[in-house]
Amino acid sequence: MTMSQTKETLTAAGAAEFESAVSARNISKNYGEVEALRDMSLEFPRGQLTSLLGPSGCGKTTLLKIIAGLLEPSSGEIEVNGKRVTGPGPDRAFVFQDFALLPWATVLRNVAFGLEMRGVAASEREARAEKYIKEVGLAGFENSYPHELSGGMRQRVGLARALAVDAQVLLMDEPFSAVDEQTRRKFQEDLLQLVQNENKTFIFVTHSIEEAVYVSDQIAILLPRPSRVSEIIRPSSFRNKGVDNIRRDPEYLDIVDEIWASLRSYVE
Amino acid sequence: MTLFGYRLPGMSSLLLWGLLWEIVGQMSLTFFVPPLSEVLGTLFEILGTSAFQKALFETAYAFLAGVFFAIVIGIPVGILMGKSRLLDEMLLPWVNVFLSAPLTALVPVLMVLFGFGMKSIIITTTLFAIWIIILNSRAGVRQINRSLVEMAHSFGASSTDAFFKIYFWAALPEILGGVRIGIIRAVKGVIIGQLLISIVGFGALFELYSANFLMGHFWAVLIVLFALAFTISEFLAYLERRVSYYAAKR
Ligand SMILES: Nc1ncnc2c1ncn2[C@@H]1O[C@H](COP(=O)(O)OP(=O)(O)O)[C@@H](O)[C@H]1O
Ligand SMILES: [Mg+2]
Repeated sequence: MTMSQTKETLTAAGAAEFESAVSARNISKNYGEVEALRDMSLEFPRGQLTSLLGPSGCGKTTLLKIIAGLLEPSSGEIEVNGKRVTGPGPDRAFVFQDFALLPWATVLRNVAFGLEMRGVAASEREARAEKYIKEVGLAGFENSYPHELSGGMRQRVGLARALAVDAQVLLMDEPFSAVDEQTRRKFQEDLLQLVQNENKTFIFVTHSIEEAVYVSDQIAILLPRPSRVSEIIRPSSFRNKGVDNIRRDPEYLDIVDEIWASLRSYVE
Repeated sequence: MTLFGYRLPGMSSLLLWGLLWEIVGQMSLTFFVPPLSEVLGTLFEILGTSAFQKALFETAYAFLAGVFFAIVIGIPVGILMGKSRLLDEMLLPWVNVFLSAPLTALVPVLMVLFGFGMKSIIITTTLFAIWIIILNSRAGVRQINRSLVEMAHSFGASSTDAFFKIYFWAALPEILGGVRIGIIRAVKGVIIGQLLISIVGFGALFELYSANFLMGHFWAVLIVLFALAFTISEFLAYLERRVSYYAAKR
């Protein structure tokens, strides 16, 4: 197939061209008997969005939490900006699938929570939280409580909280899976904007092929049993054609089809 | 309750029981039951006496001190048990034993250990209240959403931060439920402690009245105590409803 050839050359070019913000080296993780990850290595280019895509149970969340420092790998190591990860740190921020908002706190306090944990003074952290609340489009909801917001708005709060601490690396675990389809599309467009405007490295877990192809600079396809990186795809041509044209682009459609072809045998 | 189509205010059946009491009392069947009107008369007389006020003050003091210790010790212990497996395995059997134990039987031991006075009463009160507070705080922590803990951890929360900013608040509805039941038990504890020790507060008062066959006085004080306990319990239930209203929305 000609396409995979072009892709291989692109991958080779990509590896030479980009500097890694995050490197996973020979990561293995066992939960007792269960082997969640085996000897996985992966590079995450700085300033770009990398998706981890694969069927559920293939270790995406596990890898993301190891990068976050929330889980210890059984062997192997993670480096962020050349420094070995031993636990959570200010260089990384996590966006949770179930939002993980404090139900007893207002939007303002939730968004400021990361800064609060880092010991930023109240007035300064509130000013910064307000700025990011505006940026994610929630101005006017500063004093609302999470239960007063829709699922999509709650995840915007989770996103604002992660942005407010100004970490270089954003880790997102299926952040849009609990919101409705229209909101999800809007999120994906906003995410593209964010990757372009903020000079951050995004690691994005999803099980949606379309979503991965739509938002990613690099897609790592993970396969289960044993969990491994089967392929790395770098879409190249449609990224700058505007958000409205991506889904009609021939390369977009080809990549979606190709990924489906390689994943279909793992879906029962 | 409705009567001939009219909705009667809550607890109006009490009037009926009061009337029955009055009739039985008027018939002078036994010295043990004086008429209600006489008891109420005595009640207002007693309220002004210094003996009653002293008893009330001492009881309130022992009660508040006992509840204070039960809360201040019980909540952190419960939260820590919910967080730490080791602590939980060490303490949970004891908490369960004491929760169901007939604590009244312990009061004589406490008297030997801590003397015939306020100290023993306060400790009795604490012992009545603390176990359910521990158990509920523990339950509150165990139902906490794991991703809230991970979230705090990922933003670099220290363990003190996690304790005061996540665990405590997440467990708050259960904690308050435990505190309410604990306080109701403390009311029992403080009275039982005083009755057994009987030289402090209402214990001394009861001793005095029953030794002199002052049944009117006896009933009057009992009514006051029942009313106080009932009011405290209703007030706490009201507070808890407000919190669980909030808890239901989370
Ligand atoms: N805490 C855990 N204890 C035991 N097994 C786990 C635990 N977390 C995940 N696993 C197992 O590890 C594998 C990978 O899980 P996960 O990383 O959550 O996959 P994904 O996010 O891709 O769905 C699965 O087989 C899952 O059952
Ligand atoms: Mg997952």
